[in-house]
Amino acid sequence: MRKFKEFIIEKLILICGIASIFFVVLIFLFLLKEGLSVFNTVSPFKFLSGRSWYPISEPPQLGILPLILGSLLVTLGAAIISIPIGVGCAVYIAEVAPLKIKEILKASIELLAAIPSVVLGFIGMVTLVPMVKNIFHLPTGLTALSGSIMLAFMAMPTIVSIAEDALYSVPKTYREGALALGATHWQTIWRVMLPAASSGILAAVMLGIGRVIGETMAVMMITGNAAVIPNSILVPVRTLTATIAAEMGEAVVGSEHYFALFAVGIVLFIISFIINITADLCLHKKQ
Amino acid sequence: MFKKGLFILVMLMFTASAFAGQGKNSIQIKGSDTMVNLGQAWAEKDMEKNPGEFIAVTGGGSGTGFSSLISGTCDIAMSSRNIKEKEIGLANKKSVNPNEIKVALDGLAVVVNPGNAVDRLTLGQLAGIFTGRISNWKEVGGKDKKIVVLSREVNSGTHVYFKEHVLRKNDPDSKEEFLPSALMLSSSQAIADEVAGNSAAIGYYGMGYVSKKQKAIFIAKDEKSEYEAPTIENVVSGKYPISRPLLLYTNGAPQGLVKKFVDFVLSKEGQDIVLATDFVPIKK
Repeated sequence: MRKFKEFIIEKLILICGIASIFFVVLIFLFLLKEGLSVFNTVSPFKFLSGRSWYPISEPPQLGILPLILGSLLVTLGAAIISIPIGVGCAVYIAEVAPLKIKEILKASIELLAAIPSVVLGFIGMVTLVPMVKNIFHLPTGLTALSGSIMLAFMAMPTIVSIAEDALYSVPKTYREGALALGATHWQTIWRVMLPAASSGILAAVMLGIGRVIGETMAVMMITGNAAVIPNSILVPVRTLTATIAAEMGEAVVGSEHYFALFAVGIVLFIISFIINITADLCLHKKQ
Repeated sequence: MFKKGLFILVMLMFTASAFAGQGKNSIQIKGSDTMVNLGQAWAEKDMEKNPGEFIAVTGGGSGTGFSSLISGTCDIAMSSRNIKEKEIGLANKKSVNPNEIKVALDGLAVVVNPGNAVDRLTLGQLAGIFTGRISNWKEVGGKDKKIVVLSREVNSGTHVYFKEHVLRKNDPDSKEEFLPSALMLSSSQAIADEVAGNSAAIGYYGMGYVSKKQKAIFIAKDEKSEYEAPTIENVVSGKYPISRPLLLYTNGAPQGLVKKFVDFVLSKEGQDIVLATDFVPIKK
């Protein structure tokens, strides 16, 4: 009886383990099945390099280059803002901060992670957008920059908590050795701790970026959603995610528009897949 | 073992309560963002009169309403445009029979910031602005400032109506499009907010959304015609050039609760609510 119970539990856990892989494969197959149909009407090259996105016109113009560039620009901006602040914050929490401040900081960063993106988007829309408009004297504040700043807030908790873990897992002896050799606190952090934790920090950065590129609600609310190829960070952009979210409700099931949105999903899937794999490789290098 | 049983029991209870909510005494209404406020007002009044009935109204755009009606997740679709051939075909495939009921009229207001000197435009100038041929306010009598064009997303009936009737001037062969750099905002309220805070912006939405923070432009069919304001009288008389019907779609002829609701909407009381929410009643 006991053996039987053991057996059942083992198999149940096995099923749970396989389930997640199974679901990912199913989702990917479904994406492929629906998305690849669009290439019956438009060639993959034209789809990826086309400059106009007019999905509901007759005939539809399905070029997603502006959307890809929009997503990349917003993500790049968010990365430039969130990486230095996030890593700096992690170093402070792990190495410098006294215990009490450390606890407060950690709690508030977790709280930041818990804010729903639509709330951040809304706050951004009423506070950040007018600010960006006035500071840079722009015709409108709904720009890639506003999106980048807001998304930086969303990437930061991920970056901080994983980078902090990486710093913690550096063996104590490294730090003690460096200090014993007469290095200052800063020298220890910069020359010993950060290089030792570099692969973990890189993974933190990649996961943070992964979160940014998949984010939808906040960017849809504050980037303006104009499908043009951006020539600076101070113009409106339309991202891949916002396009799917905004248009899926309208797309007639089985139409070219519908398939095109799934193909946009494939592109997005591939981008985040690459980012996650890179993060994974970074983590494994460490071990 | 006991815990697992309990867990399953709890799950069952959840599913049961989820289904209980969709009983006979509730209606789901979905669709046009333009009509959400109106639908909500109707629903509230109707529920007040008939306690025990439940009417849920959600927006999302006319297209969203149609896809919900077709997939059977709503009982009534609100729409600010007529149903497309494609959508009818799709509905028939799922043996859904869209039935159109005209319930109100709406004037589309073109709005700018109150600080903008421009207060009148012709339809031709509007088409020029929204397609990008006119890109500076000084070309239409304003300050030397780049025009920021705001539009609704493509899932909006207002977007489709504006493109077909203003940009393409009702010409089915026309290839005019919104200029690519037009900002696509996801709700009428978002456009209202942006226009309120941006002196170079121009946008469009149902006239019910115009407040003191925006200025509605007077519009003329062409240079020789009178410039008309988007008011209820001008929409009723047909003088205002951009107005459209607001529609409800049901699956087949309305029955039961749905019929009761539609009858209420078309009653004098329902049409008074139309007036109160700044739309134009179809019945006097």
